[in-house]
Amino acid sequence: MGPSGSGKSTLLHCLAGILVPDSGEILFDGARVDAMAETERSSLRRDRFGFVFQFGQLVPELTAVENVALPLLLSGVRRTRALSKAGAWFERLGLDGLEQRRSGELSGGQAQRVALARGLVAEPQVLFADEPTGALDSLTGEQVMDLLVSAAREQGTTVILVTHEPRIAAYADREVMVRDGRVNAPDRIAS
Amino acid sequence: MSVPLTLLGLLEREPSHGYDLKRDYDAFFGRGKPLPFGQVYSTLSRLARDGKVVISDVAPGSGPDRKRYIITDVGATEVEQWLTQPVEPEPHLQTVLFAKVVLALMLDRPAGEYLDTQRSAHLRRMRELTEVKRAGSLVDALLADHGLYHLEADLRWIEMTGARLDALRKEVRP
Repeated sequence: MGPSGSGKSTLLHCLAGILVPDSGEILFDGARVDAMAETERSSLRRDRFGFVFQFGQLVPELTAVENVALPLLLSGVRRTRALSKAGAWFERLGLDGLEQRRSGELSGGQAQRVALARGLVAEPQVLFADEPTGALDSLTGEQVMDLLVSAAREQGTTVILVTHEPRIAAYADREVMVRDGRVNAPDRIAS
Repeated sequence: MSVPLTLLGLLEREPSHGYDLKRDYDAFFGRGKPLPFGQVYSTLSRLARDGKVVISDVAPGSGPDRKRYIITDVGATEVEQWLTQPVEPEPHLQTVLFAKVVLALMLDRPAGEYLDTQRSAHLRRMRELTEVKRAGSLVDALLADHGLYHLEADLRWIEMTGARLDALRKEVRP
């Protein structure tokens, strides 16, 4: 966490293999992410990472359930199986009956829950979330966080979340402060 | 938390024994700090003395819980006034945090580090309250939220102050 412009999102993008850092090393599962070729990083992102952004960023031409199935389809899972796996998330996240809606027909909270399902559907090892509640009101934001934490704990996904809101950070087990592009007290682990 | 007014409010639902009042107070308002029986009965005696409650009947036997208390018009009016009037907003202008930061700067100590330590302590407490909120009932959640929003306000102040320590140092150490 940290104020706007402190470098939180840049750090997240480096950790997730989207950006390559100017200096330093990014290690994931013993491998140097920063030293990988773009194709290698791309398959890492597709197969082992999940993503949720501030404004859901659902594909507007696709239905909600197709949006959730997207990561599975991209990794070569058959369409029927991908859609049925994606469909299972709707009840879990309180989205029953919204499977066929397009993103324009969803409220902010609904769209963000769909985005959350899309981030978790492929059971990634790490979910990267950049201000996932930033565009939501407090109550809706907390509901999304509650679902995120429960789902991630259930399937053993590590969540790396960027936020400037302390109440959202309080859902995490550990905080890393970023200020003026520098990480502050990175090793402080929650008791 | 005003114990006399809360007990009066609980009595406005229905005439009750001291034991019932203590049980409901602990369930909704006590939150890990139960009301001692002694305080329940001393408070009820004072309320009776001041004409805000009366004792309706005394069951045979011994012990303090033979009495049932009823709220009077005076008591009900007081509850009504308490509920309808806003609580005095407390700006906490002179907090301990403020004093520590200013003194640290005056004494040329690392005020920024103190703020960092305080931020960690606040975040730790916020994590605990968030767990309470996730695991508990709606009553627990709303109480935890009240704490969380206040801690968040402190944290915002900590951030703002941390960003202006240099300017503040000049002002307190001319």
